[in-house]
Amino acid sequence: MSALLSLSGVTAYYGAIQALRGVDLVVNEGEIVTLIGANGAGKSTLMMTVCGNPRARDGRIVYGGQDITDLPTHAIMRRRIAQAPEGRRIFGRMTVYENLLMGAEVSGQTDVPALLEQVFALFPRLKERLTQRGGTLSGGEQQMLAIGRALMSRPRLLLLDEPSLGLAPLVVKLIFGAIRELNRTSGLTVLLVEQNAYQALRLAHRGYVLVNGAITMAGSGAELLARPEIRAAYLEGSSHSA
Amino acid sequence: MNLALRDAFLSAAAALGLFLPMVGFVATNTDQGLVLTYRPIAVAVLVAMVFVGRLIAVSWRGRSARPQQPNAELAARFAAAGKYLTPLLLVMALLLPLSGSRYYVDLGTLVLTYIMLGWGLNIVVGLAGLLDLGYVAFYAVGAYSYALLAESFGLGFWTCLPLAGILAAFAGLLLGFPVLRLRGDYLAIVTLAFGEIIRVVLINWVSLTHGPNGISGVPRPTLFGLSFSMDGGEGTVAGFFDIEPETIQRVVFLYYVIFGLALLTNWVTLRLRRLPLGRAWEALREDEVACRSLGIDVTNTKLTAFAIGAMFGGFAGAFFATRQAFVSPESFTFIESATVLAIVVLGGLGSQLGVALAALAMVGGLELLRELLTEIAEQMGSPIFAGLAGELPTYRMLIFGIALVVVMVLRPRGLVSGRTPTATLPARA
Repeated sequence: MSALLSLSGVTAYYGAIQALRGVDLVVNEGEIVTLIGANGAGKSTLMMTVCGNPRARDGRIVYGGQDITDLPTHAIMRRRIAQAPEGRRIFGRMTVYENLLMGAEVSGQTDVPALLEQVFALFPRLKERLTQRGGTLSGGEQQMLAIGRALMSRPRLLLLDEPSLGLAPLVVKLIFGAIRELNRTSGLTVLLVEQNAYQALRLAHRGYVLVNGAITMAGSGAELLARPEIRAAYLEGSSHSA
Repeated sequence: MNLALRDAFLSAAAALGLFLPMVGFVATNTDQGLVLTYRPIAVAVLVAMVFVGRLIAVSWRGRSARPQQPNAELAARFAAAGKYLTPLLLVMALLLPLSGSRYYVDLGTLVLTYIMLGWGLNIVVGLAGLLDLGYVAFYAVGAYSYALLAESFGLGFWTCLPLAGILAAFAGLLLGFPVLRLRGDYLAIVTLAFGEIIRVVLINWVSLTHGPNGISGVPRPTLFGLSFSMDGGEGTVAGFFDIEPETIQRVVFLYYVIFGLALLTNWVTLRLRRLPLGRAWEALREDEVACRSLGIDVTNTKLTAFAIGAMFGGFAGAFFATRQAFVSPESFTFIESATVLAIVVLGGLGSQLGVALAALAMVGGLELLRELLTEIAEQMGSPIFAGLAGELPTYRMLIFGIALVVVMVLRPRGLVSGRTPTATLPARA
């Protein structure tokens, strides 16, 4: 396996506050990698730093063999990295169809119908809602739309920031199922940031644990799930919710 | 009911406070100088009107169980009416000069100018969601571009029109760069300042702009090289077509010029909305972070919105200069920016039809109301109506304010709030 994305010694700051303290992380081609951690550990920051906002102050970010550390955000996102950002951030007044188009247009995808079919196969609900305004969708549907919009750019690497946030267990299951399906059938590489550690570790091939802006543990999903300190810190009370 | 009474009393008290100084006291010029006279009855009538009106409004609203219902109904009705309204308005605008009344054609030209400005600003504010309080700056740049080019190089209107647009677009970029990182209130303040800076520069750069004196003798537009001069000789429209030269010919021609320019603005906007660029503007309005995450170059997207919006402002400015044959900094005050912005907000951000309706109501409506009152006054010989008609311009801003409040209460998202999708899925086999 070759590394699609690798971070080495990456630090990032919000003003004077250091959010990432020398993060090393590798995502191999075709893998689902999850990043778990408590609130404020820097999970979302790490994902945003990959996208160049905030910019990494030290360290290197290499994607597909190229150094992307200093590229502007839009240039990074056009290299077939797609992100479903935290809080979904769909375009509320635009229709579902327009939202999906936005994903395809910017990256210059021309075969929109085929891409649409792929998204509909994954989330049939979106097809029913195609002419509805994005803001009128339920939370779960909005998450589906956010992921669908990201997929419309035909990404090699999909960044997912807390897709389970605020969703009912059944919907979470559906969305995680879709991620697994995507990875299995098309070999899509996924970096998943999650609070829902149990579900995320079960889904992922490998996982990293982030504490106060630094990686403290790494291993396969099953390995991390079995560790007592992980159980104590992130899984207490949540292992039964699945 | 008690609640309604209390509410009505409070409103009446507020009305008393407002109207007592504004209506209750009148300073009249007499032989002994200014004398203060009082109008207690007028104040009493106004306060009573507010009291009764509020009482009715509150008890009526209390009766209807769901206050949201009429809004939805109204919206549906507007949407249905819109289908017929657009062609109707177009035909009316096209046929207006047939009325042969110089007054109506002049008024129509004014309304169309504001419609065009509204449509131009709509790109920036309505589509891209960038609150611009200094739009008049681009209007001024366009007007002065033409006036100065004509004065210095003797260029004609049709040569200068695109140049004025380009220069205004350049001014748009100039404004765009420093404000790229600003949003909302902060953006509004800087654009407001930009509008004022342009005006102050126009006043003080006397060697170029002639300062407050303005530039007079700005040439009129020509029809394929034929002028609308009154001598009716060779090279004039009247001479060419062998008709009597009349001022109305020029007025009607100007009307159709602005009509064409406005339609061009509308057409370009509608086209752009359906292109990825236009969709990116709207996406930017909805969520800037999401745009970045999709790989949209936010910088370029914002700059194009500023530049294209400014360009149409520049076109309108060049037209303004040629119509007035005179430009001075006085025409480009903040109130113009505010009026155009009010038109866009009243009409419904992003709605082309809404902007046209709002401009029609705000610019044309008031003028027509004044005309109507004068007419009634003349026919009835009634001093009350004559007085009302005479004082109406004084209350212009008050009427604007009331209209804005009423529309914002009834339709918080503007007259035409429905958004037409920019793309629909093509029917599949």
